[in-house]
Amino acid sequence: MSLINVEKLSIGYEGKAVVEDISFSVEEGDSLCIVGENGAGKSTLVKTLLGLQKPISGIISFEEKGIGYLPQQTIIQKDFPASVKEVVLSGNISHLGFRPFYGPKEKKRAKENMERLGISHLERECYRNLSGGQQQRVLLARALCASDRILFLDEPVSGLDPNVTADFYELIKELNNSGITIIMVSHDLNAVLHFTKHILHIGKDEVFYGNVRDYLDSKFAKELGVSKYKEENS
Amino acid sequence: MQEIMGKLMYYFSFSFVRYAIIVGVIIALCASLLGVTLVLKRYSFIGDGLSHVAFGAMAVASVLKLADVSLLTLPVTVITAIFLLRVGQNTKIKGDAAIAMLSVGALAIGYLLMNVFSTSANISGDVCSTLFGSVSILTLTEFEVNLCVVLSIIMLITFVLLYNRIFAVTFDENFLRATGQSANRYNLVIAIMIAVVIVMGMNLVGSLLISALIIFPALSAMSVLQNFKAVVICSALISVFCAFTGIVISILLSTPVGSTIVACDIIVFLVFYIIGKIVRG
Repeated sequence: MSLINVEKLSIGYEGKAVVEDISFSVEEGDSLCIVGENGAGKSTLVKTLLGLQKPISGIISFEEKGIGYLPQQTIIQKDFPASVKEVVLSGNISHLGFRPFYGPKEKKRAKENMERLGISHLERECYRNLSGGQQQRVLLARALCASDRILFLDEPVSGLDPNVTADFYELIKELNNSGITIIMVSHDLNAVLHFTKHILHIGKDEVFYGNVRDYLDSKFAKELGVSKYKEENS
Repeated sequence: MQEIMGKLMYYFSFSFVRYAIIVGVIIALCASLLGVTLVLKRYSFIGDGLSHVAFGAMAVASVLKLADVSLLTLPVTVITAIFLLRVGQNTKIKGDAAIAMLSVGALAIGYLLMNVFSTSANISGDVCSTLFGSVSILTLTEFEVNLCVVLSIIMLITFVLLYNRIFAVTFDENFLRATGQSANRYNLVIAIMIAVVIVMGMNLVGSLLISALIIFPALSAMSVLQNFKAVVICSALISVFCAFTGIVISILLSTPVGSTIVACDIIVFLVFYIIGKIVRG
């Protein structure tokens, strides 16, 4: 059984479809990259998959509710007075049920995820004072608290400098190798081709879904100028 | 000093002065708790807009000669709060435009109604006390005090129980939705609580100044402290301190209650801002 199953999905705003006929499925332990030019409908797809807006038609089925989501940074978070611990702990919100406060189980989970991502020493630091890379790790730890099975990353490296970006991709690769399913939206195709297994390309008129090898042979890859990468590596 | 204490003791012997202090302090407390969320969510202006709507509703209520004006102002303000938070997410009408429209609209219509259907000889006095809350806090009935205390206790309990959810919905609404929780439900609760605080606060500082009670303590605490819980607690303490000090000063010096409290809030804000600058370099 797939973790996520999408069939004949049409997305858009106010009844007008931006992209039509998207079908794909994500298996346990899989990694999927959603790519495409700016304005093609990537962020609309993200919102629809997360349930932030309604699809125009088609079916989205999730095996389990609740995804670990790593959103793009918002203005609100830039000067938010919250400690790293508070932010990571808030990832447990869906495990609260009807309880008002976090218990030892949630606190342990937050602590483990901070250790896993190497940010334990920042526990008491204020989120707004951290560097971009550290902030992303904090939000990733929070996402892992929400779900240790499936992570959804929305342009996770935008605004990070090259070294930090490489480290971050390495981290995501490790998480994927440890069995966590990864879905990532990115416009940095050359970088993600190194570790993703499947590609969903949202084009102006057409949608491609398949594994990386097929993708590199398709016309979509040429459009985005990745054929060079293929030649270098073949 | 002894003279001042004596004067204070004399005033405290009146029940209406004690009522004013109790009500003032608890309203300030509730306002400051919500203030942290509002300021962080970039909704500072919602408090301002809502208070003008409450003013308009109050004008309508006095024209209709309702026995208790909060019977009309409370529901109208709650509904407006819900509407504004909804519209805030709609891309067609921008949230700030909607707030500006409603707030000046309600202010104008309220003043117009008060003039056209005037029942009292001193319109400008009535308008002034509604806007700046000058004396109404000293004329509270026992029923109003009890209502205020009960509403505040309900609000405090709600805030504490929902504290973790309020943090989550303030920091990142989309993340909360992605985990399968309903962010709108908590936004709704926040909207209702804001409306209740504003209607209660109109008696204390008047409708023009109520948003000062909401934003100043939060901004003061935020400029120094680095985690959410500390900011919330500090903001509550600042607000209680300023409300108490402001009321006492206004009694001693016969200054208007509302603006004295707000002046205290401003002074504390400046002090915290400077401390923040020094500490963080």
